Amino acid sequence: MSQFSDVFNRTGHKALIAYLTVGYPSLNATLETAVALAEWGCDILELGIPFSDPLADGATIQEASFQALKQGVTPTICLEVAAKLRQRIDVPLVFMTYYNPVFSFGLEKFCQSSVAAGINGLIVPDLPPEEGADLERAAWQEGLDIIYLLTPTSGEERIHLVAERSRGFIYLVSLTGVTGVRETLPFELENFVSLVRRETALPLCVGFGISTPEQAQRVAHIADGVIVGSRILQLMKEHPTPELKALVTGLRDALDSC
Amino acid sequence: MKLPNEQGYFGDFGGKFVPETLMTALKELEQAYIEASSDPGFVARLEELRHTYAGRPTPLYEAQRLSEKICGATILLKREDLLHTGAHKINNALGQGLLASRMGKQRIVAETGAGQHGVAAATVCALLGLECVVYMGEEDLVRQASNVSRMKLLGAEVRGVASGSRTLEDAINEAVRDWVTNVQNTHYLLGSAVGPHPYPIMVRTFQSVIGIETREQMLSQYHRLPDYIIACVGGGSNAIGIFHPFRDDSDVKLVGVEAAGRGLNSGLHSASLNRGRVGVLHGAKSYLLQNEHGQIRPTHSIAPGLDYPGVGPEHSYYKESGRATYTAVNDEQALEGFHLLCETEGIIPALEPAHALYYACQIARELPQENLVVVNLSGRGDKDLDIVLQAQEAGE
Repeated sequence: MSQFSDVFNRTGHKALIAYLTVGYPSLNATLETAVALAEWGCDILELGIPFSDPLADGATIQEASFQALKQGVTPTICLEVAAKLRQRIDVPLVFMTYYNPVFSFGLEKFCQSSVAAGINGLIVPDLPPEEGADLERAAWQEGLDIIYLLTPTSGEERIHLVAERSRGFIYLVSLTGVTGVRETLPFELENFVSLVRRETALPLCVGFGISTPEQAQRVAHIADGVIVGSRILQLMKEHPTPELKALVTGLRDALDSC
Repeated sequence: MKLPNEQGYFGDFGGKFVPETLMTALKELEQAYIEASSDPGFVARLEELRHTYAGRPTPLYEAQRLSEKICGATILLKREDLLHTGAHKINNALGQGLLASRMGKQRIVAETGAGQHGVAAATVCALLGLECVVYMGEEDLVRQASNVSRMKLLGAEVRGVASGSRTLEDAINEAVRDWVTNVQNTHYLLGSAVGPHPYPIMVRTFQSVIGIETREQMLSQYHRLPDYIIACVGGGSNAIGIFHPFRDDSDVKLVGVEAAGRGLNSGLHSASLNRGRVGVLHGAKSYLLQNEHGQIRPTHSIAPGLDYPGVGPEHSYYKESGRATYTAVNDEQALEGFHLLCETEGIIPALEPAHALYYACQIARELPQENLVVVNLSGRGDKDLDIVLQAQEAGE
């Protein structure tokens, strides 16, 4: 199984990170799409464990979470999906979820089970480093990375804090807002990324609002990876795989031609 | 021990579990709140508005006919229902509205369940010339329609929320999403003693005027403190407002009354402290109604203002420390309390404090007349007439 460092240490290579909500539109779709995404050139997969109150998410991921929960998806099922995927693909896997399902599962038990299922890292958008010490301790014992987020509103002090505490990479939120497809990315994005770059040697991956090859290319000029989520979920709902394949290979080509 | 501590914890409860985007805004808010609290100009302006605009102090009224009917302890009502806009929510809205102005925020977002906080927020925004957007679950839009009209008249934009159980929980989610998006120019005027630090302490401080007045009124009118103080608890702002100034008066029993909805064993209730377990929602660690997988459970109460799966962290702390006890009253009992007050005192209470009234009558029956039981009558019931009439028809 490969590590984050295997992805980011390849000179000149820009990481493509894809997000899926586990169980949307079905468990089988998650499994098959995840395998295909890895095949089409995604370097890291984020598996979203659905939560009833996803307050950092826009309409698309809210709807996907709601549908997945309606079908009875639980953290345990997500762990099983991860374990199945781990047998079929080699790319690093990340769980993305809110704090309450993890807290409810038990921090140690969740970290142990995640590692046993082949998970490399955790992203918890409602857990800032100030509240993260307990989870970090549990994760550290298991060799699991906690990936923290930075946003355009994070001042210098917070950039320091996150740079010190994040493991694997830092998730840069491109804009001030929730997840979801956007026509354009903020014009200050380059400034934001370079501000963080000055403070850390960790890989920087940019997400929120990115759905086109043009946007991905702009991000790849300044960062180490791009994260695409809502657009993938939209295509899983509306179209069969050819559109999704076109999107992902288009993003891959855009990143490779940087 | 300082509560909350620097990290915003009351014992094990509280904290700041929010997206990174909001961390800087919360710090700025905390700073502005601390500065304002020690600024005589701010304190005087708030005091003036409480007095001349909102109608404070509110009376502490001895409900003689109700007490006679019960044949037990004497019941006193803290008349927050007489405030401008008809509920205690204005206390907090005035405080936070002035704070937002001071911080230069031109736009306010708020959530509302019963509509009382939404009306209070819209009122204060009109008063201070701020733009106001109120999020309200679609179920609540229907059952509290008169408050929706009031908010619109006051110039607020009311946005319905169609996700989840379409009640207060979902309105908070959507208000937070708006805040995350517009944090540069927007203040989130949270209406209950929930949410990330510094909201629980800020809301408690603005609502403590209820308890401070009650304490003074008890001493001047009765030359003693009450035996019981009883308040309804949804998120818990009216309860913490009246409890907190009595926290060191160990002879004063503090009782919070949650909504048992259709019964504590029905699964359709909002009694987080009675039936929940500790978790994290809307920025704080506290008691929560959740399933075994950590998903938030749908709630129910006839009182929209209590229809919430969480509770303020300070109440969780009071529960753990034993300083307050928390019980629950169901829909039917709350209606009984509602009618009883209408008929014995000529006061139409909101359905939320009707829960506290019912419980107060229960314990008053067991106590001698010399005992004094204070109920925080946190709001008036005009908004609830449709619900009450519907319940009556259903019962007939």
